[in-house]
Amino acid sequence: MTVGSILATNLLSPVVLAFGLGVVARLIRSEFHLPKDLYSSLSIYLLFALGLKGGVELSHADMSQFAAPAGVTLLLGCITPITSYFVLRRLGRFDAANAAAIAAHYGSVSAVTFIAAQTFVTAMGEKPEGFMPTLLTLLESPGIHIALFIGVLKTGTGRPMRETLHEVLTGRTMVLLVGGLIVGVLMGEKQWQAVQPFFEGGFKGALTLFLLEMGIVAADRIGDLRKVGGFLVAFGILMPLVHGALGVVLGTWAGLSAGGSTILGAMAASASYIAAPPAARMNLPTANPTFYLTSALAITFPFNVVAGIPIYYALARTLNGG
Amino acid sequence: MHTEPMKLVTIVGEAVLSERLPASLRSHGATGWTLAEVSGDGSRGMRTSPMPGDNIRLETVVSAAAAEEILETLATEYFPNYALVAWVADVQVVRGEKYR
Repeated sequence: MTVGSILATNLLSPVVLAFGLGVVARLIRSEFHLPKDLYSSLSIYLLFALGLKGGVELSHADMSQFAAPAGVTLLLGCITPITSYFVLRRLGRFDAANAAAIAAHYGSVSAVTFIAAQTFVTAMGEKPEGFMPTLLTLLESPGIHIALFIGVLKTGTGRPMRETLHEVLTGRTMVLLVGGLIVGVLMGEKQWQAVQPFFEGGFKGALTLFLLEMGIVAADRIGDLRKVGGFLVAFGILMPLVHGALGVVLGTWAGLSAGGSTILGAMAASASYIAAPPAARMNLPTANPTFYLTSALAITFPFNVVAGIPIYYALARTLNGG
Repeated sequence: MHTEPMKLVTIVGEAVLSERLPASLRSHGATGWTLAEVSGDGSRGMRTSPMPGDNIRLETVVSAAAAEEILETLATEYFPNYALVAWVADVQVVRGEKYR
């Protein structure tokens, strides 16, 4: 399969089309937004379902294959905030607070991008490893803290890191994902079948609806693209490509399948927009939210969903001899 | 009914401050507060949260002295870097002892 045909298949998937519809709706100035509670409910559903299914898979996964990918994931979690920080500081000439705040987003992960990647590779016929959601939980926290730590060090603001650590580790993503994994492992395959119609059957539909709102939110910020400047727009596309490629390469080296490496690449390339923004706002208040929110929501997320994931997959296939 | 004068302090700002602000109020002697989720826009047009419409409105009834302290704290710790506004109004309350 050529990169072109992979891209085309992705563009016609329900997820990307719904995202596109959201963008179009906003561009024609429709006032439509998903009700806030529905958006929250969908994200709770998606995260918990991901955790549950991940836990059930984990209970019969081959854990001997887990150590290397886990190590590589943690490594990525440490590298990505640092590379982002230095690129933003040196090349982008952002001040320390802004560079650190944006780096906190790129050093962390977007669960929805993970889900989109997982959905994509499964549709392509791949069978990603069952412990991929566990890797997701490893990537949420380190990046944010490393970047914030650098920022706080350079700007000397005094909020205790312990509070931030607590906030990020007890945030919705962690509770639902880690909790879901534990519940999934404990309940096992047999009990899973009772709830499977709800958590698995409705999953793709819920994701599609969720992406509709993401399209509206992303398009909402198109006006801000002018405010953030060309460097950040380029950064929002090129940095994910670099991190994504790094993720795919390291994942393949650690023994992941083509599907698994793609997902790892997508995770490395993604930017958090749930856990990172409040953490950045509280610890680096002088950083301008327009920079990090616009780059994460309006540039990187759409890029990854529309083009990035297929590109990382093409790379993974090439490395795996496909 | 016997009423006494107190001050109503209202703060409208970013939802991310929803725990810090009440804690600040308490530290200045506020015995309670009310929080509502609201949406709106401000003079700088800052959109500081991923999702639209993420603001809070915080109200508390305090003595005049406490109101003064609260405004000072807002001016030094919050106004410089966060999107929020605040105002003070005179109110007549019953059971004045509840607010001291």
